[in-house]
Amino acid sequence: MVTRLKDVDAVTIGLGWTGAIMARELTKAGLNVVSLEKGQDRIPGEDFILPQVRDEVRYAQRLELMWDNSIDTLTFRNFANEQALPIRRIGAFLPGEGVGGSGVHWGGLHWRFLPSDFRIRSALTERYGANAIPDGMTIQDWPVSYDEMEPFYDRFDKICGVSGKAGNLRGNKVDGGNVFEGPRSDHYPNAPIKSSNAGLMFGEAAKSLGYHPFPAPIAIASAPYTNADGVALGACEYCGYCNRIACETNAKASPNSTILPALRLDPKFEIRTRCFVTKLNYDKDSKKVVSVSYTDMRTGEEYEQPAGIVLLTSYVFGNVQHMLLAGIGEPYDHATGKGVVGKNYAYQFEAGANAFFEDKELNPYWGSAGMGTVIDDFNGETFDHGGLGFFGGGYIMGNTASAPPIAGRTVPHGTPEWGSEWKRATVKWYYHAARFNTQGSVYASRDNYMDLDPTYKDALGRPLIRLTYNPPDNEFKMSAYLLQKLEGVIKAMNPTHYEMHPRPKTFTVVPYQSTHNTGGTMMGADPKSSVVNRYLQAWDAHNLFIQGASVFPQQHGYNPTGTVGALAYWSARAITTSYLKNPGPLVHA
Amino acid sequence: MTDETIPRRKFLVGAGLAGTAVATGLTQTAPAEAQAPAAATPPAAPQAEPLLLLNETEHAFVVAAVDTMIPADELSPSGSDCGCATYIDRQLASAWGGGAKMYRSGPYFKGKPEQGYQLPLTPAEFITTGIAAANAWSRKTYGRDFDRLEPDKRIEALTAMQEGKAAFENFNSRAFFARLLTLTMEGFFGDPIYGGNRNKASWRMLGFPGLPATYANLIDEYRHKRYVAEPQSIADFS
Repeated sequence: MVTRLKDVDAVTIGLGWTGAIMARELTKAGLNVVSLEKGQDRIPGEDFILPQVRDEVRYAQRLELMWDNSIDTLTFRNFANEQALPIRRIGAFLPGEGVGGSGVHWGGLHWRFLPSDFRIRSALTERYGANAIPDGMTIQDWPVSYDEMEPFYDRFDKICGVSGKAGNLRGNKVDGGNVFEGPRSDHYPNAPIKSSNAGLMFGEAAKSLGYHPFPAPIAIASAPYTNADGVALGACEYCGYCNRIACETNAKASPNSTILPALRLDPKFEIRTRCFVTKLNYDKDSKKVVSVSYTDMRTGEEYEQPAGIVLLTSYVFGNVQHMLLAGIGEPYDHATGKGVVGKNYAYQFEAGANAFFEDKELNPYWGSAGMGTVIDDFNGETFDHGGLGFFGGGYIMGNTASAPPIAGRTVPHGTPEWGSEWKRATVKWYYHAARFNTQGSVYASRDNYMDLDPTYKDALGRPLIRLTYNPPDNEFKMSAYLLQKLEGVIKAMNPTHYEMHPRPKTFTVVPYQSTHNTGGTMMGADPKSSVVNRYLQAWDAHNLFIQGASVFPQQHGYNPTGTVGALAYWSARAITTSYLKNPGPLVHA
Repeated sequence: MTDETIPRRKFLVGAGLAGTAVATGLTQTAPAEAQAPAAATPPAAPQAEPLLLLNETEHAFVVAAVDTMIPADELSPSGSDCGCATYIDRQLASAWGGGAKMYRSGPYFKGKPEQGYQLPLTPAEFITTGIAAANAWSRKTYGRDFDRLEPDKRIEALTAMQEGKAAFENFNSRAFFARLLTLTMEGFFGDPIYGGNRNKASWRMLGFPGLPATYANLIDEYRHKRYVAEPQSIADFS
């Protein structure tokens, strides 16, 4: 029996970054908001405490904060002619679960996209000619500009207490910051975090080659900070227990540490944890989602929650799955290229290198993995692609911080994996190994997409999302170019030995690579080419607003969270200033 | 060492003590920089930890395997003296070992390596099934169980598994070895709270300080020199 509950003004499906931002902005506007979160509650000061958070086995190996695949997972295949099989335990990407979502365990790298990224199709056509973009490359302009997003980027920076150095302040280039970035209206809220030793060495070498190194912008407060919502954040302790782990000083920004402390105090807000939303109940005639169905995972009881506004704020896969199950929007058909839901899946194309410096003491275990130095000379349209044979790019980073003993022991290739010789090499190089990374863009391709799996079901009997993905040739060429530039910098650092790590030609879901999945519910200029409009409002359901990286038309050469947060603030403002006064489509198709 | 008449449990305890004596003696010749204040303290005597999940045959296999992967030498005591076998037994008995957070529904297909683990077995079942397959292969190849092999034959056998050349019946020896190696390294390098890394032996070996209160005040001071400290574990903070 399904219990029908009393109406609420708005409901969020999931409570990570976007759920928290939307709930906060909408309750401030006077709405009653309920957040339905599949996982457990997570409270700083109770769940993120010393010494328990500094446990590599529990968090980094056993993935305490991550997705419970016994309830829900996805299936995967490289190509459309293969049988997709379930990811029985996540590996390549690690979406979070519970209150705070992936915003609890992320690394904190906090970026804006380039102004040209937002109009990438137009920019490439203008620069390289009308026929320059290859046929299968299904990239699209964003329906918003960098200038429109800037105030919302700035707002999210000031919620998170981001540390960094501006390189373009209101159009003035600032030496030592990222001179390629779009104009910022203000400085970062906090001074840059201290770089790792390897990061400093990388910066010196990059400068000697004429590049423009700067400290990586990161949502980890370098000093105690009170954010734009009046919430106090602590300063980073450089403890090294950061990636995959929660921060006990609240220096690394999470929804739990930056937004929820104020939101939880608001009587207009309610969290219901362990509530698994199973369906958006869509009324095609009124073009509205009238309610959401969910199962209370403590009791198994089923509920129907009617809501005026529905905020689809789960991870990329959940967002796409809800749209396909509810039949909202036209599903993407790989055979014909028609349809939009599930289209333009992209997965950040990262590749890196290791270098060894036998005479340098790098103290590799302190600081976060984002504590490094970056060059952005080869990202997006900051450089000329004429004659290169590919589009896109990415930032290049020298870091090496956070080398925990189970997973962070770097030894040269060819070293045995066990035995006395392995042990000697491990000890010899532990203090002397540096890691590097390139954060490559992914210009969407027609062959990479999501649909519903015909065979496998989740714990409640719903079809799983089926992911069909292999990196396109363009991305391999792009990545080879970034690695070539990185190799030049590494050589200038004069290492004892180094190794470049290009990606294998076939994507595998086994080792960790990146949690930057994007696409599937693209934002765009019209319903034919997108699922949501420029305010993240679904074209086919005007009270449904889809949040998160599933709205990216493609992925650019930066970590997605900065843009995810900015888009949520932008969307919330459209709801509170326009939609509430006049509920209906905010853009007419 | 390989007398088939010695009961397994007794045999193991004896072997473990011998390993400790060797390692303790050699610790004194370790480089001065590795000798943080308590590093000279001998590792705690290996107790015959009660088993949660493994039976004696399985435990004997695990002890032999972790002692081959992590032999006692000038850098550390052996894998089992560091508690790696205890760690593995406890992990297999944990919720993780029982398949928590794993998607386990069928149908089951072998799939491509790129699609990851596709067996119906939980991690605990995977290891115990793998041990049975490894011992059957060892008996066929060497005439006795793996733990009864001489050290050089153990190395040879593990290498064959690592390379997937050990033809286990209905089981992938390469995947089995990979999981066993990962578990062993977790036990060796993880926090001692889980039963491995006894006396923080691997952290002393690496120079890893364990859990800091903070490094914020040390980074600039130690820009170009090694920071060495007595390692702290979760228990030390509790």
